[in-house]
Amino acid sequence: MSELIGSVIWINGPVVRARGSRHVSMLELVEVGEERLVGEVIGLNGDIITAQVYEETSGMRPGAPMFGTGLPLSVELAPGLLKSIFDGVQRPLPLIEMESGSFIGRGMRLDPLYRKDRWKFTPTAKVGDKVSGGAIIGIVMETETFEHRIMIPPDLSGTLSWVAPSDEYTIEEPIARLKVGNEEKELAMLQRWPVRRLRPYKSRLGVTTPLITGQRVLDTFFPVAKGGAAGIPGPFGSGKTVTQHSIAKWADAQVIVYIGCGERGNEMTEVLQEFPHLVDPRSGRPLMERTVLIANTSNMPVAAREASIYTGITIAEYYRDMGYHVALMADSTSRWAEALREVSGRLEEMPAEEGYPAYLAGRLAEFYERAGYVETFNGNAGSVTIVGAVSPPGGDFSEPVTQHTKRYIRCFWALDKSLASARHFPSINWLDSYSEYLEDVAGWWREQVGMDWLKMRNHAMEILSDESRLSQIVKLVGPDALPDEERLVLETARLLREGFLQQNAMDKVDAYSSVQKQIRMLGLILHFHERALRIVKHGAPISVIHNLPIVDTLIRMKTLVPNEELEKMDDIQKQIDEQMSQLDSEYR
Amino acid sequence: MSAVISQGGQEVIGVSRIEGPIVIVEGAANVSYDEVVEIRDSQNRLRRGRVLEVGEKNAVIQVFAGSTGLSIDGTRVRFLGDTLRIPVAEEMLGRVFDGVGNPIDGGPQPLTDKYADVNGQPINPTARVYPRDYIQTGISAIDGMNTLLRGQKLPIFSGAGMPHDQLAAQIVRQATLGAIAGEPPSQAEQFAIVFAAMGVKHDVADFFRRSFMESGALTRVAMFLNLADDPPVERLVTPRAALTLAEYLAYEKGMHVLVILTDMTNYCEALRQISNIRGEVPSRKGYPGYLYSDLASLYERTGRIRTSEGSITQIPILTMPNDDITHPVPDLTGYITEGQITLGRDLDHAGIYPPIAVLPSLSRLMKDGIGSGRTRDDHPHWGGQLYAAYAHMQDVRALASVIGEEELGEVDQKYLKFGRAFEREFVNQSLTENRTIEQTLNIGWKLISMLPKEELTRVSLDEIRQFYKGEDA
Ligand SMILES: Nc1ncnc2c1ncn2[C@@H]1O[C@H](COP(=O)(O)OP(=O)(O)OP(=O)(O)O)[C@@H](O)[C@H]1O
Ligand SMILES: [Mg+2]
Repeated sequence: MSELIGSVIWINGPVVRARGSRHVSMLELVEVGEERLVGEVIGLNGDIITAQVYEETSGMRPGAPMFGTGLPLSVELAPGLLKSIFDGVQRPLPLIEMESGSFIGRGMRLDPLYRKDRWKFTPTAKVGDKVSGGAIIGIVMETETFEHRIMIPPDLSGTLSWVAPSDEYTIEEPIARLKVGNEEKELAMLQRWPVRRLRPYKSRLGVTTPLITGQRVLDTFFPVAKGGAAGIPGPFGSGKTVTQHSIAKWADAQVIVYIGCGERGNEMTEVLQEFPHLVDPRSGRPLMERTVLIANTSNMPVAAREASIYTGITIAEYYRDMGYHVALMADSTSRWAEALREVSGRLEEMPAEEGYPAYLAGRLAEFYERAGYVETFNGNAGSVTIVGAVSPPGGDFSEPVTQHTKRYIRCFWALDKSLASARHFPSINWLDSYSEYLEDVAGWWREQVGMDWLKMRNHAMEILSDESRLSQIVKLVGPDALPDEERLVLETARLLREGFLQQNAMDKVDAYSSVQKQIRMLGLILHFHERALRIVKHGAPISVIHNLPIVDTLIRMKTLVPNEELEKMDDIQKQIDEQMSQLDSEYR
Repeated sequence: MSAVISQGGQEVIGVSRIEGPIVIVEGAANVSYDEVVEIRDSQNRLRRGRVLEVGEKNAVIQVFAGSTGLSIDGTRVRFLGDTLRIPVAEEMLGRVFDGVGNPIDGGPQPLTDKYADVNGQPINPTARVYPRDYIQTGISAIDGMNTLLRGQKLPIFSGAGMPHDQLAAQIVRQATLGAIAGEPPSQAEQFAIVFAAMGVKHDVADFFRRSFMESGALTRVAMFLNLADDPPVERLVTPRAALTLAEYLAYEKGMHVLVILTDMTNYCEALRQISNIRGEVPSRKGYPGYLYSDLASLYERTGRIRTSEGSITQIPILTMPNDDITHPVPDLTGYITEGQITLGRDLDHAGIYPPIAVLPSLSRLMKDGIGSGRTRDDHPHWGGQLYAAYAHMQDVRALASVIGEEELGEVDQKYLKFGRAFEREFVNQSLTENRTIEQTLNIGWKLISMLPKEELTRVSLDEIRQFYKGEDA
């Protein structure tokens, strides 16, 4: 399939130049050297071809052959993606391990998806049907509960001249024939799509449904909508990965694509070892069954790290096109940006800010634009939600990647070093974070939960921002100088911080809070505040409020009340009322 | 101009440019990227180098020993046709090598036919075993609050003049595989130690050597020394050589290996130097944009794999320029390693040893190595409570410095007392004090018990009943 297009004249890390054909295309996949290391054309100048290579180039010499493939970098799409773990250019890591052992060898050519598995295909279209790109022609149960919908590739349409009968097929065997004009095209389950091209859809729909993550500070305070994009910047050790793991575990998406982009090997191993044993609360199946992992860790080749983001988002779009809600986690987009910078530097391109190429902002925009809630060509609604971690140098948010990311996301979860040091987790700073989806998803809360969530949320935010103002004063003169009403604000804010915002990802009960639990918890804290306020106004000193046993209960309720036993909340409410009524009568 | 002679590897006589430790050679054919070269000056003195970039007509070479004494016409460069390899063998334990792996203890070259590429290869994430076994270091601030696991990379962030070397040496001396609290630590095999010095002073290297000797560890230690007056470029090879041996010992010989790398700041400066000479576009503070990837290629060579019983645990040491944790070296290190032990100048001044500042310290793997069946059930909550209380104490301390201690409320005064005791009794211990995990946990409870029960929201009510010994217990 591949032909000789040139011979290498220059090698500098992952970037190589060859002299040869003028008929090579930009972004064409090439193979370099006798080992046929895979790369991608990133520059053309006369007969000079510049490529980034996805593997270590140690040992490569000028004069080595370069082969063209005529194809852009693409991913394979078919049943078998779920439960898989790939590297940044979709090489299957488990098979690589079988071939080359514990260490990743070079020049390994392995099909991303296993060819020999047979999948039960059930046709849903029939001969004579006029179908166009995206139409569903059959289904395969990819896991016990997950229906993989086999679609006509987006750029094809025609009339079905043959559809395979219900039976087991490999992903390469024909399952339909499509008459396109006078031509007949054979279709298999296996399809390919170039990773740098977004997969088309019929239309974009508004975002109105929150992605429920079970993380209180996110869902209640800074929700991201399904089809939206969120950024989670923070210094090292502030909780980006733990938060993204939590979302991957608990979010109410049907498919999770998790991209470990230039991060730690052990973190991917942790997911691999943990997810098969965790049960998806919605499907009752192991979490791994809805997950696709892309792992291009920090010590793996940097050009493949750059590609990993695109590999992941293309897989996400593919499941979206079937009509599913997909959540994609990218940890960390900064490492991807650095890969861009590294390649750009070796090309000696003119840098813009901090060594990053001028096209950084454009690339970020293209990536985040691939999030969306859409009507697919088959009339379903599907979505891709993107959550991108950002790792700003020195934790300084004014750096280019954070700043440009901010332009393309509508939800900003700002992690805070000082909160993390004080072990306030998730260390999402409630004053620096924002969500522009609040109004969009308010209707959903009203319908699904039946409470005025937004009003409650805003009230709580008000208490928290008052606290921040008041604590400036406290720092100077101590708390005693404040009137008791304001000290109550501090007290309630503490309940909100410790009882609500802090959520321990390692605690069985606390790791996931249903929206019902979240709203009840918030309601109870606000109820406490209201009742206490009245009592303080009647002259009770703050210490009597502070010493109420209910304070301790409110801080502990997150672990005391499991999602399945919310009736226990009634009891807590009763305790609040009893203890407050007692005080009411004392301070009338 | 240079002439090409071919004999036992291609040799080129004469180079076209010399700039710092970089030389550019023209007219060599068939040079491969990353290949090792031998360079001889006009006096026939040998040094080695590595190809950094290769084009049709020229090759850019980094000379490990620097270019002093090299001349344009009198330099001969022989291309060896392979990437840099060092011998690896079990008998290298007990030996001392220079920064690129040559013996400098007067002994012979290690007897082995196994030579391994110093760059190593990335571990496949599917082949890793997630670390779960904790290492008891006998140091409370580590075992209790920043537990180190076998297969973890946990650096020490220090500053000039702080006792990071003493701390590292104490860890090496005391480290054993941890046991459940109350049970005797298992007498499992001891760690093999691979020690790499990059640009440190002679007395630092001597200190470590003496300390290994005194604890009888010397036969289990392989030392790779690139000292302050050794060529800076060699520093780029030193940790790689050390890790290459560590990988052999851990993954082929099934040993538990503890790797100490010091000082990573010197390593990074050498990298910066090369990058600047080559005119690369810098990112922060002149460091190259690939510093992260480069450091990752070292730090990620840590862990456990399924096909071997062994493990590599890394303790890199770095001195933060100006004690600035946001400096690129600690910053990028923190982004790669699995936590960090941060030393605090204040504690050091207050005479606390080890001056571990617990709040900016972190062990990310701790959660998987402690608690029920590993240390003790209460350990996770206990740690959370100590962290929360100590963090709150910092606020109180700041307030006290403004309004005066006597103006503080009763509870806050208790916090202040707690904070002092925490630093003096928990963090502080002697250079030879080796505490069991049980002792560490018990000291912690004693301190927690200085606070009123209502303040303890991180520990469970059951744990309070069982361990709390405060006034209102
Ligand atoms: N929700 C949480 N609950 C409990 N602990 C948490 C939580 N979030 C973070 N942590 C703690 O913080 C540590 C660091 O978190 P994490 O690894 O997610 O940081 P990070 O921001 O991804 O850092 P890096 O940029 O270096 O990868 C964790 O190991 C854990 O101890
Ligand atoms: Mg992380």
